[in-house]
Amino acid sequence: MAQTMTDTFIARSPAIAARVMGGEMMIMSAVDSTFFSLNEVATVIFQAADGQTPLAEIIEKRVCKEFEVEPEEARRDAEHFVTELSKHGILLVSDKPIPAHNFPNTPNLGKQ
Amino acid sequence: MSGSAVSQNISIDIGGTPIALRTEDPAFRALLERRYPGFLRSDATTNYALDIELLPEDGPVTDEPELHVSHGSAGWRLMRGDFHANWDDTRGQGKIIQTLSPYAIDSVLRIVHSLIQAPQGGFLLHGASAIRNGRAFLFSGLSGAGKTTISRLAPPDATLLTDEISYIRRDGASYEACGTPFAGELARVGANCRAPIAHLFFLTQGPENRIDPIPTAETLRMLLRNILFFADDSNLVEMVFRSACEFLGQVPASRLTFLPDERVWELIQ
Repeated sequence: MAQTMTDTFIARSPAIAARVMGGEMMIMSAVDSTFFSLNEVATVIFQAADGQTPLAEIIEKRVCKEFEVEPEEARRDAEHFVTELSKHGILLVSDKPIPAHNFPNTPNLGKQ
Repeated sequence: MSGSAVSQNISIDIGGTPIALRTEDPAFRALLERRYPGFLRSDATTNYALDIELLPEDGPVTDEPELHVSHGSAGWRLMRGDFHANWDDTRGQGKIIQTLSPYAIDSVLRIVHSLIQAPQGGFLLHGASAIRNGRAFLFSGLSGAGKTTISRLAPPDATLLTDEISYIRRDGASYEACGTPFAGELARVGANCRAPIAHLFFLTQGPENRIDPIPTAETLRMLLRNILFFADDSNLVEMVFRSACEFLGQVPASRLTFLPDERVWELIQ
């Protein structure tokens, strides 16, 4: 069976600044200064990106439960989101758990 | 900043932050006096100083045609075709190597003030600003948005702080706008005074004068786009991002669509 991104682990990059404003997660990359605002589903995935929890588990236990989304649709959307953010260095992606020292535990998610 | 205070006989005092400029060249001193009227102080005691070394010939100082700013163990390094400078942000000291041109010192001052303000929650913004009824209003936008136009339309009771680069300082939980000598097409140095910021407007020209709300994410995106930002340094990105978020938590921001006539100022009270 071909490996899919749901077999992977994701972690927030240390090279970002992030904050919740007006209920939305705002993120800026320190690598290329690109700016992102995340919707609710993406915010849940981003906040759960601890490097230890498989993406498949995040989708199943967080996204599908909290947003009543079909698993296949949730997986497709999550993979697209992870691909986009990893391109800009916002998320680190690996097929193994990512050690905690490679990413911040609490990346400035202060609410505004 | 931990530098010791130094006394100099020429300082440029922008945003209540005087920077001593050390030069022995009388022609350069004369240039400073012409370019920064209202911002020169001969008696300032300041923690910040720049030594200026003038090159005798015109022509490129570095091979970097575009501005390049980087941070290393010795502090900040600033390079552009017409200057080469360094800035030690821990000592508040730096040096510029440039020709006898006003544009180089202008650029270095903007960058150094941005670096001084960043850890304090302040920033420089592409935008005009003016004081009316004791309150400051910011009009932000990139080239062509109408910064000079709205400045030119300002009524007599408005004090123009700049038509090009606004200076925002954090003062506890509030923010104030300060005048700058950085002029745009209006070619007029701003007034060297300050006031609490009442509103930030993002400018757009249109068929009527109106003020519209902007979604939060879009507001932050527009603000970040217009903050003077010189380096992909992760600490600086973090500081600027935090400053922008905290600023928008305190200062209301809207889109200002305006016709190019003075009636727009009826909305700005």
